[in-house]
Amino acid sequence: MKTLRRLRPVWWVLGAAAVMGLSASSMAAPAVTSSADAPRGKVHRLTSTQYAAVIADLFGANINIGGRFEPDQRVDGLIAVGSGQVSVSSAGLDQYDSMARSIASQVLAPENRKAVMPCAPASDKSPDDACAAKFLAKTGAALFRRPLTEAELKAQVLAANAAGVTAGDFYAGLALSLSSLMVAPEFLFRVEEVEPDPAVPGGFRLNAMSKAQRLSFFLWNAVPDRELIVAAQKGELNTAKGLAKQVDRMLASPRLEEGVRAFFDDMLRLDGMDSVVKDATIFPKFDAQIATEAREQTLRTIMSVVLAPKGDYRDIFSTKKTFMTPKLASIYKVPFSNDVPIGAPDSWQPYEFAANDPRAGILMQTAFLTMNSHPGRTSATLRGKALREVMMCQIVPPPPANVEFKIVQDTSNPNYKTARARLTAHSQSPACAGCHKIIDPMGLALENFDGGGAYRTNENGAALDTTGELDRVKFTNGAELGKALHDNPAVSNCLVQRLSAYGLGQTPAKEQGEWVARLKESFAKDGHNIPALMRRLATSPEFYRAVGAAENTTSAH
Amino acid sequence: MSTKLDRRMVLRGTLAGGVVSVGLPMLECFLNSNGTALAATGAALPVRFGSWFQHLGLNPGMWVPDKIGAGYQHNTQLKVLDEFRDRTNLFSGLKFSLDGRPHETHTSSVQIATTGIYGGGGPSLDSSIADVIGQRNRFRSLEVSLYGSRRSLSRRSATSINPAEPSPVALYTRIFGQEFQDPNAADFKPDPMVMARQSVLSPIADRRQDLEKKVSASDKRLLDEYFTGLREMEQKLAQSLEKPAPMPSCSVPGQVKEAKPGTVIDDVETNTIVFGKLLAYAMACDQTRVFNAEVGSQGLRHAGSTFTWHTATHEEATDEKLGYQKEVYAFVTGANKIFAAFLRSLDSMKEGPGSVLDRTIVLWQTDHGDARNHSLENVPLLTVGSAGGRFKTGMHLSLPGDPYARVSLTVQQAMGVPISTWGDRSNQTSKTITEMLA
Repeated sequence: MKTLRRLRPVWWVLGAAAVMGLSASSMAAPAVTSSADAPRGKVHRLTSTQYAAVIADLFGANINIGGRFEPDQRVDGLIAVGSGQVSVSSAGLDQYDSMARSIASQVLAPENRKAVMPCAPASDKSPDDACAAKFLAKTGAALFRRPLTEAELKAQVLAANAAGVTAGDFYAGLALSLSSLMVAPEFLFRVEEVEPDPAVPGGFRLNAMSKAQRLSFFLWNAVPDRELIVAAQKGELNTAKGLAKQVDRMLASPRLEEGVRAFFDDMLRLDGMDSVVKDATIFPKFDAQIATEAREQTLRTIMSVVLAPKGDYRDIFSTKKTFMTPKLASIYKVPFSNDVPIGAPDSWQPYEFAANDPRAGILMQTAFLTMNSHPGRTSATLRGKALREVMMCQIVPPPPANVEFKIVQDTSNPNYKTARARLTAHSQSPACAGCHKIIDPMGLALENFDGGGAYRTNENGAALDTTGELDRVKFTNGAELGKALHDNPAVSNCLVQRLSAYGLGQTPAKEQGEWVARLKESFAKDGHNIPALMRRLATSPEFYRAVGAAENTTSAH
Repeated sequence: MSTKLDRRMVLRGTLAGGVVSVGLPMLECFLNSNGTALAATGAALPVRFGSWFQHLGLNPGMWVPDKIGAGYQHNTQLKVLDEFRDRTNLFSGLKFSLDGRPHETHTSSVQIATTGIYGGGGPSLDSSIADVIGQRNRFRSLEVSLYGSRRSLSRRSATSINPAEPSPVALYTRIFGQEFQDPNAADFKPDPMVMARQSVLSPIADRRQDLEKKVSASDKRLLDEYFTGLREMEQKLAQSLEKPAPMPSCSVPGQVKEAKPGTVIDDVETNTIVFGKLLAYAMACDQTRVFNAEVGSQGLRHAGSTFTWHTATHEEATDEKLGYQKEVYAFVTGANKIFAAFLRSLDSMKEGPGSVLDRTIVLWQTDHGDARNHSLENVPLLTVGSAGGRFKTGMHLSLPGDPYARVSLTVQQAMGVPISTWGDRSNQTSKTITEMLA
């Protein structure tokens, strides 16, 4: 609508120079076709973690990505969903371009090129189209998650040739061509194409190559490997048997861990650890390294639970087992026994809390505790809200706009020493009481852990009351809260909901509701086993069906 | 030819350039042909726009001056900006309207302030201005982050958001690194590798139609935004093959200090000064004409304190004797001080008869009239700088009940954005504030 309010286009008379600069789309009439409501392909911008994973996978972990990504956007709890609703801004493309050129020159630097080059050029000083074509075909297919078309390959070789002549250097020319692959939309966006679905008259499904791509990012957080691409090319992914064969192969691979990690990192919003800042005078131990290690600790804990044989997802809320580094051990105030050789690069050690230790599960780990706190103090409200939203997929409404905080005005007030005292006073106001009643009890159960993640028994000298109730299950402390969450069906249903949305790249549509409900039932039957759920998702035809996502017509103009 | 006539012609030139919007920057052509003649007055220098978003408002009752019109005196809270008073316009009485839609506190009003629209669907006004005045620059706009975040309020659309740069060192390299071309260098040699880069990008644009027909209409829009960016990159490469116009005040600054990320108010002030200076250099070298910064949203606080500014707005008691929230007052004044430090950085870069700041108009906006209860009435707004004489300054304009968008409309129009109205529903306005136009 905005464009309508702009002045009439008197500039038509200004001629070709002006018109050339305009995009074809801004001049074209809105497309009205007979199949306007037919579902069509989707694009997702590669998330920053996917980008990094792809580069490391293809070119080695020693490649420095350097630049900065456009911020990812989380929609319905997931970056994987938000990535389908963001584009690349011009400032962002500039960044991608400089990252791409830096990566390309590292990849083809003398010390690295051997690892990636399938051939050697006739001369380093001049173009060699045959050798360039070999490299570009192979690398291009991996970057685009599909083989390059003949025209695409030809254009890339031509570009390498022209740049190689200009630079008088084969590798410089090739690097420039490679960098252009990494700013191409086919790389920066996951493009999913659809085709008519023979099983559903009038319906659509992803085509084979797009299936391979969705599968591979879902299970491995990586581009499809050769075997998967070949299976797609042969049409095997369109048969139940062929699909199951690939899914089972991928589930059995150690690369599954990368996929499961990426999912939990997204679902638990662990990227938030990048921006957690603690007040150095209050929490002197907390620094960027602790933040990184805390994120890793939670992920390691989850992996050890959910990827164990018959691992039960719900145990992440109750497990006593975790992993420590020397720095983390100092936060937890536990001894760190280093039984690896001195100077060993991996300082992670398994650790098990004693049965009577107050800590259990990931909620009482540094990552969750610090991320859902203020820089200088805890927040029962933030923690409770995170549990409702992240773990139970519930929506907590924002506070009323004109809320008055008169009652909780003074934290040094001797009458309100603890968070519970302040929140209780605050919740006298009926406008606030409704929400705080559902948010606070779970958060207050974690008040034994301060904003820096350390254990405490009192606040401002007052003993802490950590009792509460969740859906009529009473708890008296954090560990019992973990148990209550463990047994709450909303928690396991939420996992199914999120994992489905994560794999699909969009929140399941209405018509997929029945399918998701069935998945929730089977998740319970499968002992809440994540790989089993991933298998059910990845082998079901619904996972690849294009649903008629409603076009957002209001934002069309 | 009087200078007044020249200025009008510049303005008209800008408007024409603005409507063309992508293809033909008329202003630039106009100025180039008159560049030498106007150099002595500084009128050949570019005009610039900056937006500064300072969340959480000012303290009610502490900022509206007694006097209306020219020659006003700053009320207590804005006294830290006294040195810029003659170059400032202060607006009181403006408001945001929700028209019955839910009030997402600290969000709805930010969207309305920056895009004119509840929900924030459209481009932010800096982006529309950059489309006019920033076309020919290496950087259409520069977004800086003063506290370490990557978010910015600058967007071409809800799905195409300009990332902010939290690192002065990275920004320095982007601007003054290898690809910087000194506009005053005696010899200019186009870089042959730039031509090579142009040639590798062109096949991508050729695939646009094929790619777009594979996806739904809404996803095609996402790709359109990508291709807009690609076209801008190609244009920039083409421009870098031409000798840049000389910029007499341009020099390359010494290496800058890295920012200290985080929300401690003193660190944010230090970061702001570093970024301000860097932007001043970048603008003096005409690398960009548009910038964005925001302050206050991510929980600004004092070192060692558990309370953030935002928390304080809601939880601090009003001091009975003083009649206001003491800690909030200190935060607001601190943020205003940061803004003053930023302006000083721009002003210290001398250019023509004045400074970089004089060739700029900085639009200071905020989200609430009273953050304590998220009021949308009497929301303060400031402009600083005259954009090279396009605006009259030194006034307090009282516009009770008028949409906040009036200032944004006026500023955009004066910068050449071809719009006659701005904003949606009750936030919409077509009333230019003629008092502030020179």
